[in-house]
Amino acid sequence: MENKKELPLGGVIPRGGTAHEYSTGGWRKLRPVVDKDKCTNCLICWVMCPDSAVITQDGKMVGFDMEHCKGCGICAVECPDKVKAIKMEEEAG
Amino acid sequence: MAISTKGQTGLTGNTAIAYAMKQINPDVCPAYPITPSTAIIEDFSSYVADGAVDTELITVESEHSAMSACIGAAAAGARVMTATSAQGLALMWEMLYIASGMRFPIVIANVNRALSAPINIHCDHSDSMGARDSGWVQLYSETVQEAYDNFIQAVRIAENEKVLLPVMVCFDGFITSHAIENISLLDDAEVREFIGEYKPRHHLLDTDNPVTYGAMTLQDTYIEFKRQQSQAMSRAKDVVTEVGREFAGKFGRDYGLMETYRLDDAEAAIVILNSAAGTTKVAADELRKQGKKVGVLRPRLFRPFPFKEMADALKNVKAVAVLDRADSMNGFGGPLFNEVRSALYELDTRPRVISRIYGLGGRDYKVKDAASVFDELLKISSTGKVETLQKYITL
Ligand code: SF4
Ligand code: SF4
Repeated sequence: MENKKELPLGGVIPRGGTAHEYSTGGWRKLRPVVDKDKCTNCLICWVMCPDSAVITQDGKMVGFDMEHCKGCGICAVECPDKVKAIKMEEEAG
Repeated sequence: MAISTKGQTGLTGNTAIAYAMKQINPDVCPAYPITPSTAIIEDFSSYVADGAVDTELITVESEHSAMSACIGAAAAGARVMTATSAQGLALMWEMLYIASGMRFPIVIANVNRALSAPINIHCDHSDSMGARDSGWVQLYSETVQEAYDNFIQAVRIAENEKVLLPVMVCFDGFITSHAIENISLLDDAEVREFIGEYKPRHHLLDTDNPVTYGAMTLQDTYIEFKRQQSQAMSRAKDVVTEVGREFAGKFGRDYGLMETYRLDDAEAAIVILNSAAGTTKVAADELRKQGKKVGVLRPRLFRPFPFKEMADALKNVKAVAVLDRADSMNGFGGPLFNEVRSALYELDTRPRVISRIYGLGGRDYKVKDAASVFDELLKISSTGKVETLQKYITL
């Protein structure tokens, strides 16, 4: 923290988009692993991820932003039953 | 009811506060009624229904929600106010700290009433005294006139750049809230000019400059935010003085941080808040007629606590009784007693200080009660001995 005396009053964060600068991936216990052979690119995981950590490209699901994925497993649960393309695996160590 | 701002007008404390709110015309008023403050919102809701104000009146399902809505509206940049009493204030507890921690200049009229149990609807100060560490500036008012004047000044104090803290204006349930007193009102234009426009630094509706309120702060910054808040509270003392002076200059009614009454050459003094100070002054007048040197100190500002000014005002007095209309339930007197006594500790020669708890749950406090405390003090001042440090009176 640069100058603690000048912290914005009342703990307000005086600009937008700052969540991107905050790593929420540091305390992940389980990591999502996608099997792209099964994945139908329905993007339900992208919609449901609370940390916007599912990465898409040209309308396709391509992987996870591990800086921000906190390992909650919501994507794995929400991935449709017929597909079940995401597995949660133990983080090493 | 048509209220005239010319000359003197007979109003109850509640009607006067509702009228002040009408003149202030806040953006948002979240409200939940509770005796004895109900009439404030009752009257104010008529002003809303009649289109006399532009205020968004939000009728919520509890006081916790009322304060939550105050906080949300303040975060959206609104000028916000409400009123409550006793259990209502207690139910707001959690949110009181959030309002002050987020530095929202919310103004609340707290009509002092005893906390349950046993259930009681009458006056004492256990409600606002319980909230004394919640980070709200607290002003206490002896009369309807002072409650009205304090409420208008509260807006300026709360919104001052050096303060930015919520303010609670306290006055006695039923005694001041329901009794009619002849008071002078300001014109609407005078009120509007005095309080000015509220311009929040940030607000949630400013989509060009998005901000986040209520973010988590951990070991790395929480203490700094609390220090900022504490410093703002300390600065509020001078702001209360400045705003009071400006008000006196414009409207002629002068209130300092405290009122001192016949204190200059007094040997014995009673320190007491709100309406009971009036009774105490009558007792002081009677004893003065008998040549007894007694005086009264009535704090107007309790948060922040003006400890230096308090010590200065009492430094030549020999014996002081601090009368509390609330008990700290600590086995060691009331809250005002503890702080006044602590303020005097810095003096080289200190007065003897005793605690008397009076008037809980609306029990009458009469001139004879004040007179007998004065007599006790005069005895202490001549013997230098305190026989009973603390006790309840008006039993
Ligand atoms: S595990 Fe949770 S945070 Fe990580 S990608 Fe899946 S839903 Fe998002
Ligand atoms: S929810 Fe499952 S199938 Fe749909 S995009 Fe995500 S991983 Fe692929």
